[in-house]
Amino acid sequence: MSLCSKRQSAGWGKSLAPWMSRGAACGALALSLEARADSPMTLFSPADPQAQSIYGISLFVLYITLGIFIVVAGLLTFVLIRYRQRPGDENREPAQIYGSNQIELSWTVIPILIVVTLFLTTTRVILGTEAIAKPKGALEVTVVGHQFWWEYHYPKLGIVTANELHVPVSDEEHPTYLEVTSADVTHSFFVPRLAGRMDVIPNRVNEAWIDPPTPGLYLGQCAQYCGTQHARMLLRVYVQPQADFDAWVKAQQQPARQDFSSDRTAAEGEQVFMHNACINCHAIAGTVATGRFGPDLTHLASRDTIASGAVPNTPGNLRQWIDDPNSLKPGCLMPSMHLNAHDLDTITAYLSQLR
Amino acid sequence: MSTIPAIKGVDETQATQRARTPGGVIHEWLTTVDHKKIGILYITYALIFLVIGGVEATMIRIQLAVPDNHFVSPQVYNRLFTMHGTTMIFFVAMPIVFGFGNYLVPIMIGARDMAFPRLNAFSFWISAFAGVLLYFSYLGASGLYAAGSAPDVGWFAYAPLTAKVFSPGHSTDYWTLAILLSGVGSIGTALNIVTTTLCMRCPGMKLSRMPLLVWIYLVMGGLVFVTISPLTAAQIMLTLDRYLGSHFFDTQAGGSALLWMHFFWIFGHPEVYVLVLPAFAFMNEIVPVFSRKAIFGYPAMVAASVCIGFISLSVWAHHMFTVGMGAAGNTFFVFATMVISVPTGIKIFNWLATMWGGRLIFATPMLFSIAFLFQFLIAGLTGIILAVAPFDWQLHNTYFVVAHFHYVIVGGILFALFAAFYYWYPKIVGRMMSEKIGKWHFWLFVIGFHLTFDFMHIPGLLGMPRQIYTYEADRGWGTLNLIVTIGVLFQAAGVLVFVYNLVRSYYVGKMAGPDPWDAWTLEWSTSSPPPDYNFAVLPTVKSRRPLWDLKHPEDPDSDYEL
Repeated sequence: MSLCSKRQSAGWGKSLAPWMSRGAACGALALSLEARADSPMTLFSPADPQAQSIYGISLFVLYITLGIFIVVAGLLTFVLIRYRQRPGDENREPAQIYGSNQIELSWTVIPILIVVTLFLTTTRVILGTEAIAKPKGALEVTVVGHQFWWEYHYPKLGIVTANELHVPVSDEEHPTYLEVTSADVTHSFFVPRLAGRMDVIPNRVNEAWIDPPTPGLYLGQCAQYCGTQHARMLLRVYVQPQADFDAWVKAQQQPARQDFSSDRTAAEGEQVFMHNACINCHAIAGTVATGRFGPDLTHLASRDTIASGAVPNTPGNLRQWIDDPNSLKPGCLMPSMHLNAHDLDTITAYLSQLR
Repeated sequence: MSTIPAIKGVDETQATQRARTPGGVIHEWLTTVDHKKIGILYITYALIFLVIGGVEATMIRIQLAVPDNHFVSPQVYNRLFTMHGTTMIFFVAMPIVFGFGNYLVPIMIGARDMAFPRLNAFSFWISAFAGVLLYFSYLGASGLYAAGSAPDVGWFAYAPLTAKVFSPGHSTDYWTLAILLSGVGSIGTALNIVTTTLCMRCPGMKLSRMPLLVWIYLVMGGLVFVTISPLTAAQIMLTLDRYLGSHFFDTQAGGSALLWMHFFWIFGHPEVYVLVLPAFAFMNEIVPVFSRKAIFGYPAMVAASVCIGFISLSVWAHHMFTVGMGAAGNTFFVFATMVISVPTGIKIFNWLATMWGGRLIFATPMLFSIAFLFQFLIAGLTGIILAVAPFDWQLHNTYFVVAHFHYVIVGGILFALFAAFYYWYPKIVGRMMSEKIGKWHFWLFVIGFHLTFDFMHIPGLLGMPRQIYTYEADRGWGTLNLIVTIGVLFQAAGVLVFVYNLVRSYYVGKMAGPDPWDAWTLEWSTSSPPPDYNFAVLPTVKSRRPLWDLKHPEDPDSDYEL
């Protein structure tokens, strides 16, 4: 069998050389990807042990597949160069070879061995993520996906908030456990630097956990197409030192501010809010507003963004949002209430006070 | 260019041409039950939809070229990607592989037509109607945004987004009915291909002598039975949910969103193999002819195809690694998915061995085939990457996945189809396609393809989800998306050059003669284009390459085959 002749195996090495250097170039590309700090959602800068273990197996499988690519593409390139038709060769029919069982066997068994290796490595990571019991010290959060925003309940702390998830710096014994479900269609909770995604499925509760060791703001977004504004269903996870988190919890547990004796505009805005359809969809703790269709506004002013991360929470944006939500997020489910300019100003003033 | 020795059993007389009026021609094409004409109808119909789907893709890419773009509204964008996906799978890829199957399967096994010619015509016309119905939604469907709402639920239409409460109006119904009807056509054609293969082979053509293309179409036909049925069932259940108050997928009343995913992907994943197996089939015919060698390891190739057929039925839930299946489910589907790479690898190695020691002729069909080999290798490897469930938890529904499956469908299937066009066009039309224009087509498309789909992997690794109509500037995806969009322009230019070549060659192409490639299978033994009856006398074969035996009586294949 010509495949095994000595002359040709010498040719293999020669043809592999350019591919080796190309492989090194690919490796360099992978490294440069790792270094990309300007991509807040890159899986190449994990900030959580779970994301770290996924990152580890990702590199492992990347290098294995790169190796396979170099070998097979190298052989292919060699064949193309070595066996191309040359001038004067046109009428020669090459030797007809119909196959070889030994060779077929070898390129069946070697891939099987690679597959088994990959499979066992993968299984270890799957079991390390999905098959571990919830520690006693876990913080529990229920995540509810809505078209097109996120609702968070902290059942043991009595907090309901929206779009911006706060968790303490944590460790293996004190992770944050997320119970995720949906109020309408299927979404997906995806913060790549903290963990792999978990789908948010109606009529079903999925569990995920994170234990980020360093404080910071981690970005993500809905990763399952859920309707018109799927693109602006953004996620923000604030990881805070324990003391800061405790302070945040304490502030969130308070009912909404109701004493506006010093601020007449805000007091008027409260009246406008409570006498409009706003209260059918939004809740503000301690008032008659108990709607559950839209985000809880009890501490709206304590958030950095509105409209599920679409724009920064400034009075100007807030006023525009209340006036015409579709101008900031076309296709969102909040209707324009057609308020006059005065009412818009007062409501904005009122909501801006809800810290 | 060689001439075929005069052979007993293979007719070389030209079909008689009757004088025909334009009305007569149209009548003939509308009522034809000839497998070759139906094949051409399928292919032409698919090419029209390829252009439509391509225009949609271009609009999608213009919208994504820069962050916070306002080229189209989110409503329009969501319809564009839904229609693009649905069109490309159901009304381009499926009809075009059925078209080639229709044309080639009977003629390669020495038959005069398909087993059920009228069912064949019915299957084509019902599929054609389904495509028109889908696009009629742009005019006729009332939807969320009043009349003219095309479907906007994504090509996999996850429940419960398709429920009446989230998708009022009728756009989703147009989608459902179009899929249902095209499925009826697919089953009809698959039935025809399987029956033809099993019952209509010419004397001497045992299963072990069948061209690999026909073997693969047999496997593909079997897969279509198994996969289209759950899809069709799911469409019926969805329609019951929407109109008769059942609750299969209605999560508000205890239905299951996961149930739809299972139904859809047990169709959806084998569907990938329904489409890619014919691409393998074209490679199996083209690579040997342009390497001037018999295919290496014929029995292994048959076994690998059959294995792929079976294993592909057990991998569907790798689309569902993120739904919370739990460790046991995830591990099983990781294993099944990885195992399928073994028979696929065997195929790549056998093509490599076929070329090894050959005399490679870089005609346009071979150029596309070589590009196929490299690109399909990469597509397979990114497939293994995605099969590693924890990696998939990061990559699922990102642009990495989009890049991966476009690598399979464009880099694999479409390149194989282009190779098939250049290879069989002379047989179908009787004239050669221009090699010079073909090379322009090839290089434009290769450059465009790699600009688009190589760079598309990276935003995926950087976390960019699919099906978003725009993205924030601070995400670091902007430059990469711009490169991706620029590549699309090259691909569009390549397709225009290809269409020009098709049309131009029809009028001024060099006459092909019966066997322009000096090939070895039965279709090259009859005239180009073949007469209505294909063969005046049914051929008799003694080996896998009947024309090799005729051309080399001193060294026939039949001496070596088991």
